[in-house]
Amino acid sequence: MSNKQPFEKVVQAHGGAVLRVCRVLLASQDADDAWSETFLSALRAYPGLPETANVEAWLVTIARRKAIDVLRARQREPVPVEQLAERPTGLGIPGADDGLWQAVRGLPDKQRQAVAYHYVAGLPYAEIAQILGGTTDAARRAAADGIANLRKNYPGGGPS
Amino acid sequence: MNDHEDLFTTPTTPTTPTSAADAAALARLHTRLEQAAHDEGLLDVAYRTVDSPVGPLLLAATPRGLVRVAYEVEGHDRVLDALASRLSPRVLRAPRQLDPVARELEEYFAGRRRSFDLPLDLSLSTGFRLLVQRQLPSIGYAQTRSYRQVAELVGNPKAVRAVGTACATNPLPVVLPCHRVLRSDGTPGGYVGGAAAKATLLSLEAAA
Repeated sequence: MSNKQPFEKVVQAHGGAVLRVCRVLLASQDADDAWSETFLSALRAYPGLPETANVEAWLVTIARRKAIDVLRARQREPVPVEQLAERPTGLGIPGADDGLWQAVRGLPDKQRQAVAYHYVAGLPYAEIAQILGGTTDAARRAAADGIANLRKNYPGGGPS
Repeated sequence: MNDHEDLFTTPTTPTTPTSAADAAALARLHTRLEQAAHDEGLLDVAYRTVDSPVGPLLLAATPRGLVRVAYEVEGHDRVLDALASRLSPRVLRAPRQLDPVARELEEYFAGRRRSFDLPLDLSLSTGFRLLVQRQLPSIGYAQTRSYRQVAELVGNPKAVRAVGTACATNPLPVVLPCHRVLRSDGTPGGYVGGAAAKATLLSLEAAA
């Protein structure tokens, strides 16, 4: 007997955030594959998940692993920026255009992940530190460096 | 001071409004997940809702068969929570898995079907209730029985009240026709979907 909520509610509550994280880590089609693998794997493991677990942090941890799998499978560097520029991303966060998200994908790996997990998935830095390894402060610094980089490199990203 | 907010949604509101494009992508990915979950044998409970003359019905199935039909008054969310707790938390909205059920119900409500031919999973019921619920399909279309008659039918003529309880806790209303069981004086008696739903089903069957 568990008091766990139906898995469908997990998909409804976190599907969007996990998709945005996948899209920051990977190009569009690959992001879809990573999302699918993430939720299938999560569905398999869900009955064993402790009821006190932070479900979104758990999903992001799986998504990150799946993103790495996808990248390894394709034997290529994580940020094929030239390719991305030619594709529609389908990203539609209000107030942000695709250029910003391409700029995010162009960040160094750790900064990109920290920015994605904190600003896209909304995870606290303590959770991000567990995902990335290292300290909470290091996670916070990576996100701050990422934002500073974006501010420098993304036109219109500076303070008004 | 947080000067990042001109760039990003703040982390205090992780439920960013989803755009139409994202919603379409998520719908497509959800369909893909339903299929993959089915293929991998992970779809412990599949569900969908259908509209009907007695209001929206929740339909839920395990790999063994239809396990639950629920009226809106029962609270669909509450029913899904109960299924997650009693059967498995691997509960996913997967409409296609319930296509055959939806089709038979549609035929029934159109007056074109008199009995259901579907695999059923009766694992939510036990003991005397299960015994009674199994007997319900023997009450033919457009016929009725009293609670007392059903008690006699299952060989326990004194268990009139228990038959009432078995009907009230029927996990598969409509499909297992507890709406055909009335009080001895001919008045309808209670119903899991409410008195109006019981009357609707009885007049539907009488008219067909």
